[in-house]
Amino acid sequence: MNYLLEVDNLRTYYYSKKRIVPAVDGVSFHLEKGEVLGLVGESGCGKSTVVRAITGLIDPTYARVEEGTALFCDADLLKMKEKELSKIRGKEISMVFQNPLSALNPVYTIGNQLTEALTTHFSVSRKEAQDRAVELLRLVHIPSPETRLKEYPHQLSGGMQQRVLIAIALACNPQLVIADEPTTALDVTIQAQILDLLKELRSRLGMAIILITHNMGVVAAMCDRMLVMYGGVVVEEGSCRTVFASPSHPYTKGLLASIPSVTEDRQRLYSIKGQVPVFSVPVSQCRFLDRCESCTERCRKEEPPLFSLPNGSKCRCWLMEERQGKEND
Amino acid sequence: MKRYVLMRVLKAILTIWFVYTLVFFLARLTGDPVEWMTAAGGASEEAKQQLRHNLGLDLPLSTQYIRSLAGLFTGDSGNSYYYARPVSELFAERIGYTLSLGGIVFLVTIFIGVPLGVFAAVKHNRPADRLTMAVAIVGNTMPNFVLGILLIFFFSLKLRMFPSGNIGEPLWRYYVLPVIALAVVPTASAARLTRSSLLDVVRQDYLDSARAKGVREWKVIFKHGLRNALIPVITILGAQLSTLIGGSVVVETVFAWPGIGTLIVNSAQQRDFPVVVFGVLVIASSVTIVNLLVDLSYGLLDPRIRDSY
Repeated sequence: MNYLLEVDNLRTYYYSKKRIVPAVDGVSFHLEKGEVLGLVGESGCGKSTVVRAITGLIDPTYARVEEGTALFCDADLLKMKEKELSKIRGKEISMVFQNPLSALNPVYTIGNQLTEALTTHFSVSRKEAQDRAVELLRLVHIPSPETRLKEYPHQLSGGMQQRVLIAIALACNPQLVIADEPTTALDVTIQAQILDLLKELRSRLGMAIILITHNMGVVAAMCDRMLVMYGGVVVEEGSCRTVFASPSHPYTKGLLASIPSVTEDRQRLYSIKGQVPVFSVPVSQCRFLDRCESCTERCRKEEPPLFSLPNGSKCRCWLMEERQGKEND
Repeated sequence: MKRYVLMRVLKAILTIWFVYTLVFFLARLTGDPVEWMTAAGGASEEAKQQLRHNLGLDLPLSTQYIRSLAGLFTGDSGNSYYYARPVSELFAERIGYTLSLGGIVFLVTIFIGVPLGVFAAVKHNRPADRLTMAVAIVGNTMPNFVLGILLIFFFSLKLRMFPSGNIGEPLWRYYVLPVIALAVVPTASAARLTRSSLLDVVRQDYLDSARAKGVREWKVIFKHGLRNALIPVITILGAQLSTLIGGSVVVETVFAWPGIGTLIVNSAQQRDFPVVVFGVLVIASSVTIVNLLVDLSYGLLDPRIRDSY
């Protein structure tokens, strides 16, 4: 039980006038200290909701955590009051958001926003906070940090803004950094730089990272283990090595097949047909069946459990029933 | 930035000059002040002519205009026809009452209206929000003179809690009803604007960034949310503030308030040209000054605007 974070059976529903949407419908996973976990899936699969629920950042006006536990250093984040949770946020667990420009407040200087994380959690003098801010900007390779501190977000390029966000996330030396699509809004060359930076920081500082992305290439470059999500549930889980080498779930296979390749000569890029459907509770079928090429009658009647496979992966597909080691849901 | 301010001041001076000129000639279209002064009858044509001469009204219009304009630069605002005293003195006596009334109303708007709007936005779509907004809409649609008359009716005539108008001792009691009458509309509109503007802002990612840093919710709203939400609020409040400085003519009349609003209205009726023209000069200047301050405050609030000057 020495996981840094252990999430068990997390359910988060969105309430609209028409229906209840199971955005996260029974997700369990764990994260070891210093591990990099990839959370992969299309838009709307619930990957962001998972981390928002854990960190208490879901909007209570339409979303609610229904059940589940999220043990962080053996304390359940989901049972914490806002006050306790805010002591962990930014200090032990911090976040890097997708769009760096909109994630930085346009009316405050970089320095102000950097030192805020420090002054919120520690009683430090202005000078100490300032020095730490300069140090943090150096850490993320921002040139002339002293001048940058006095600048505003709009005066920086997108890549610089994302570096600043990473610096803010690292301000209090957190044990866990959650990066929600940290490179999606950036140019491809900048994406590579930011990923390199994250890798470098990870090996220097040793924090665990949850990396949310829809980009399989990012997962392959960064992660130790990965969770593939679809329709609010985990459909496949395993070490990146295993999943990339032998994907089990039809959805994962589809995702991997749709990565453009330079070695193969394909006329058209493979794509998974159809769109991510929106579900209503309760769901009593395989969530992927409409888009699955090997769906059977059984998939319409019963939702498959997460089967544990001999190769160490887990997969939520009836095709895996005979291959399973032991059933586990 | 300096260039921007300089250009704005030059434009403001041009605007004020234009308004001054317009009112100068328009006022003279209303008729002959001497006829109004002697309306009771009994004045001979000779006496009237003498009076016109004394007031400088027998000079060509262009000469009158140039004299009046030149007077402004030498600090001579002319004499009131009616009070036979320097116009600047008349305004100096009254402007304090108008400014203090407007100032208090402005403070009430900021320190009650804006927090109410924040409260409603935080309680979005809950009963507290709906109740606050229902009250604000009623307040927003209530004409201030109607409210003034109602206040006088209930609190002065029926309950005898506050004086119905003018000023006296203790001073604060005389401020209560006019302040309420004047403050309700701007406070209500400040609350509504703050709410809707803040509701736009709370969807922004940077509020979640602040929360993710562990910043407490009230600080997230007030430090990160409100400052971004204030620009539209300041635009409207600025417009309302400038009318308050100009003297809320109708409300001053309802409460017999000794401010410049009443002075200007009475003077217009009495064809007291120097007072009217000077009054318009004061109002036009205050409106343009407040507008300039409002525009400059955008830059203070938002560095992106500052950079675009």
